[in-house]
Amino acid sequence: MYRTALRNVLAHKGRLLMTALAVLLGTAFVAGTLVFSDTMGRAMRDSFSTSFSDVSVLVSARGSDSGDPGDGPRRGEDEAVLTADTVKELAALPGTERARGVVSGFTAVADRNGNLVGQVWSSRGANFVPDASGADPRYPMAEGRGPRTAGEVALNRQAADKAGYHVGDTVRVAGNGTARDAVLTGVFTTDDPQVTSGGTLALMDTATAQQELLEPGRFSSVVLTAKPGTGEAQLLDQARAEVPAEGAELQTGQELKDEQAEMVAGMVSNTKTVLLVFAGISLFVGIFIIVNTFTMLIAQRIKELALLRAVGASRGQVTKSVLVEALAIGVIASVGGLLAGIGIGAGLQSLLHAFDEGLPTGSLVIAPATVVGTLVVGVLVTVLSALLPAFRASRIPPVAAMSSGDQPTTQRGLVIRNSIGAVLALPGLGLILTGSNRTGTTAQLMLAAGAGLTLIGVFVLLPLLSRPVIALVGPVLAKVFGTPGKLARLNAVRNPRRTASTAAALTIGLTLVTALTVIGNSVTSAVTSLVGDTMKADYAVNMANGRQLSADLTGLVAKADGVKAVSQVDNVWWDIEGVGKDRAIEGYDAAAFDQLVNLTMESGSTAALGQDQVLVSGEFAAKHQLSVGSVLRATAAKGAPVALTVGGVFENSEGVSPIVAPNRLIEAGDPDPLVQQILVKGTDGPTPALKQAIKDATGRNPVMEVRTMQDLVDDFNRNISATLSLMYGLLGMAVVVAVLGVINTLAMSVFERKREIGMLRAIGLERRGIKRMIRLESVVISLFGAVVGVLLGCFLAWATLRVLASDLKGLTTVIPYGSVLLFLGLAALVGMVAALWPARRASRMDILSSIKTD
Amino acid sequence: MSTSTAYAAHTGVAAARATGLNKVYGEGETRVVALDDVSVSFGQGEFTAIMGPSGSGKSTLMHCMAGLDEVSSGSATIGDTELVGLKDKQLTRLRRDKIGFVFQAFNLLPTLTALENITLPMDIAGSKVDQAWLDRVVETVGLSGRLSHRPAQLSGGQQQRVACARALASKPAIIFADEPTGNLDSRSGAEILSFLRNSVRELGQTVVMVTHDPVAASYADRVVFLADGRIVDELHHPTADSVLDRMRRFDAKGRTS
Ligand SMILES: Nc1ncnc2c1ncn2[C@@H]1O[C@H](COP(=O)(O)OP(=O)(O)O)[C@@H](O)[C@H]1O
Ligand SMILES: [Mg+2]
Repeated sequence: MYRTALRNVLAHKGRLLMTALAVLLGTAFVAGTLVFSDTMGRAMRDSFSTSFSDVSVLVSARGSDSGDPGDGPRRGEDEAVLTADTVKELAALPGTERARGVVSGFTAVADRNGNLVGQVWSSRGANFVPDASGADPRYPMAEGRGPRTAGEVALNRQAADKAGYHVGDTVRVAGNGTARDAVLTGVFTTDDPQVTSGGTLALMDTATAQQELLEPGRFSSVVLTAKPGTGEAQLLDQARAEVPAEGAELQTGQELKDEQAEMVAGMVSNTKTVLLVFAGISLFVGIFIIVNTFTMLIAQRIKELALLRAVGASRGQVTKSVLVEALAIGVIASVGGLLAGIGIGAGLQSLLHAFDEGLPTGSLVIAPATVVGTLVVGVLVTVLSALLPAFRASRIPPVAAMSSGDQPTTQRGLVIRNSIGAVLALPGLGLILTGSNRTGTTAQLMLAAGAGLTLIGVFVLLPLLSRPVIALVGPVLAKVFGTPGKLARLNAVRNPRRTASTAAALTIGLTLVTALTVIGNSVTSAVTSLVGDTMKADYAVNMANGRQLSADLTGLVAKADGVKAVSQVDNVWWDIEGVGKDRAIEGYDAAAFDQLVNLTMESGSTAALGQDQVLVSGEFAAKHQLSVGSVLRATAAKGAPVALTVGGVFENSEGVSPIVAPNRLIEAGDPDPLVQQILVKGTDGPTPALKQAIKDATGRNPVMEVRTMQDLVDDFNRNISATLSLMYGLLGMAVVVAVLGVINTLAMSVFERKREIGMLRAIGLERRGIKRMIRLESVVISLFGAVVGVLLGCFLAWATLRVLASDLKGLTTVIPYGSVLLFLGLAALVGMVAALWPARRASRMDILSSIKTD
Repeated sequence: MSTSTAYAAHTGVAAARATGLNKVYGEGETRVVALDDVSVSFGQGEFTAIMGPSGSGKSTLMHCMAGLDEVSSGSATIGDTELVGLKDKQLTRLRRDKIGFVFQAFNLLPTLTALENITLPMDIAGSKVDQAWLDRVVETVGLSGRLSHRPAQLSGGQQQRVACARALASKPAIIFADEPTGNLDSRSGAEILSFLRNSVRELGQTVVMVTHDPVAASYADRVVFLADGRIVDELHHPTADSVLDRMRRFDAKGRTS
């Protein structure tokens, strides 16, 4: 019995090849993910732990800067806890071999044009601590020497190379204050993972570092190296007595390593989860192919199986023989997948390394869990998918062996299936529709649950949908492609179950791709119109690290060549009587306002700003029954009362706060408002010359960004499009599996219909016609899957966007018709490509052998 | 080696003709001579039956003359067209425009209705259907009420009638039928055979039918006998008895020789 099963595998190896490939691809994805993330994780952990090799105990000032540029400007107000004295005391501990006072914080380095080198979040500065010989073992100089005075700086190799600096050059650096020039005295190398992974590190002498990054006499942390024989915990106990418990945190080197390991594990596991989700999608798509293959194989072998039953095989034996076949394929494919996955893991690592040399590398980690997991998943998926076909095989009555009917035309009704589908899809749709009208977590949960139900329901209903949807293209097919077109359509709807499970693979992929694209596109266009509709300024100036702009900057920008109008944007949060506490108010220069901001006025005019009056949004006005002439009583941050007279009402705009005031009025209440942005209008529009002029006028601070409105939008959209590209790439895998499925189904259908094809050839259909017929069938099935996927994706995106709209006003569903058409075009192409081989095979089929009666 | 010939027995013009046709399958030990120097011609408006024991080369002869199979040597013509040397595309066109087929089974596409199956060759050619002719054909086969049915909804006899109607509808130069009644009960078979005979008598169609059934052969105007790939005899105006009688003689001859 089992020998029969295995012999079947060998006999049908051609037809089982696609199934095996589908399983192989899915498992390769799983194994690749596991190998890659394990390897990356190990490499990162190794690289982090070497950087802590000389740390026995780390004493860090609580709340002290750890290089995070997001801290507010209020740092330095709390009491200094780690001073030079602290370092000395710690150095004097009996267990201390060495104590190093570390100063560290945000420091940006400019290239020759005054632009930031590297990324804001990985731009750091620290102090250089020379020993007696003038060297710092932590930062060995590759060229030159370490910085000794305020006008000197040393850079890490990568940063210096990136900006093209050599020892002796003048380098512009900026901490949280203004930018200053320093002479590059040395270029160093370091194994600090934050630096090796592409960061910038500028070293200064300790006094300058304290001056620029903290305040004189202060340290951010002290690194203690224990004497031989002193344990880390022991040294920690000794150190604890020397520092105030309140302001400092003590950690042993081991604790730091563990913390890092945990952090790395967290990072890696996030990536791993995302990748595994996509691997899961590929495997899920594979399930449809496996089910299809086995169903078709069994249909073709109906007589053979009936004969087995007739000569005495039990139902169980028939079921088992099919499952053994599946098991064999599962094992072969999973082993292949595992090997391919290890290759993918290795490939990914070297690929990443090629892109970013800073990433740590290490030897490939193939954990036992990877091997076991991959094999178990692959085999289980295959065998479970074959379960239903196997069960059906066992229901074949022995008498089927005697029946003369050649083709198993008995098609089970779809009533039960459709009912199940409706029971799933309808409540799913209901949940989505209800959820889309709500906000918050409940809405999100409803959407997620609804989307899941609807997706499954639609998959179950796909056979039902196939006829009407494909009927839509019928007339076109018949008209454009004649008889082959007509036959293609009829063949496509001939076996709705088969068509559905072939198309389902593409439906899954397209649903996800479309939903992501529509959401991405909608958010992008919301942001674009937000910026584009309200902002007329040519440039916006702000700090890359999100910090406050210094008070004198607006004046400096105004003096730059080619500047026509300038306004800083004041931000204050005042309590307003009858409205509420901490209400955001933005302040603009009254004279420049019209040239920088575009508001449509419902009543009053922007000129009111010139009379120290405020403008309010229509929504705000309606809510608080305000009109031109109304007065709001506000209390500024420091308690000063300010009267806000409404001078105009503007159409709601997401680009400005609901209350817009002139700078003068704001500064009357709060002389030191938060300023994060300066808007600039140039005489000749946004020209590079104007940008350079602004940079030059403001001291070429590398932290300062001068961006056009388009830059703002682009910077925002870059993240979205990067995410989308990644998703497309990952979903591409599922599409490849889907293509295999289409090839597989077509090849088997062609085999099943060889008599028909022979007959068509005999009565005069050319080879070309046969090819066309198969190709069109493939295209029709692919497009069917794609159309359902696109519609479903758009619908899900619409529902998601409605929920998101509560966070981002002005967010509406904007369907990128171009992309949608492209997807459909690609799906048609997928159909064409998948049909190449089956169509060729069909057209080459020998007419005579296909019409032979026996 | 004498040429096996059944030439010019008919009067008038040949609708199809084979001259010195040889067909060899396989090589070396597996070599089978399916047709051995066969020359035969089928006259226009004539109903010819090809008879012979199983494996005698009946189907092979039909396939070669209908452009479904390549000949090893010799010549085969349909009307004035020489088939030998034609490319696949030209052969396909020829079959589509000049030849009608009725096979033993799998004549119809299950996805098309009876009517669509009948007009299929014309649809493939993209030519216009002669409605008056189509009506006449449909009426003659007696399918008027069933044109919108699919093959699965028709009996075996009805399916073969649809196949006959399809073969006739495009007014081909010749119809080849390979054991068209092989799968049918005797009543349905008789219907098909009378229908084929009527199409010759009343519509002037040329029909060549392969059969191993003497009763079926008796519907024809002329019977050509094949044995071991050679034409061994022919009979005009056959009856079931005369055919059976001839066949017995071959058997006897075969045994004694
Ligand atoms: N494709 C083939 N390959 C090899 N031999 C064949 C092939 N087709 C037919 N034959 C052989 O040619 C001979 C004639 O076959 P056929 O024309 O089918 O006979 P009939 O139709 O009279 O029963 C037989 O001996 C058969 O075995
Ligand atoms: Mg035969």
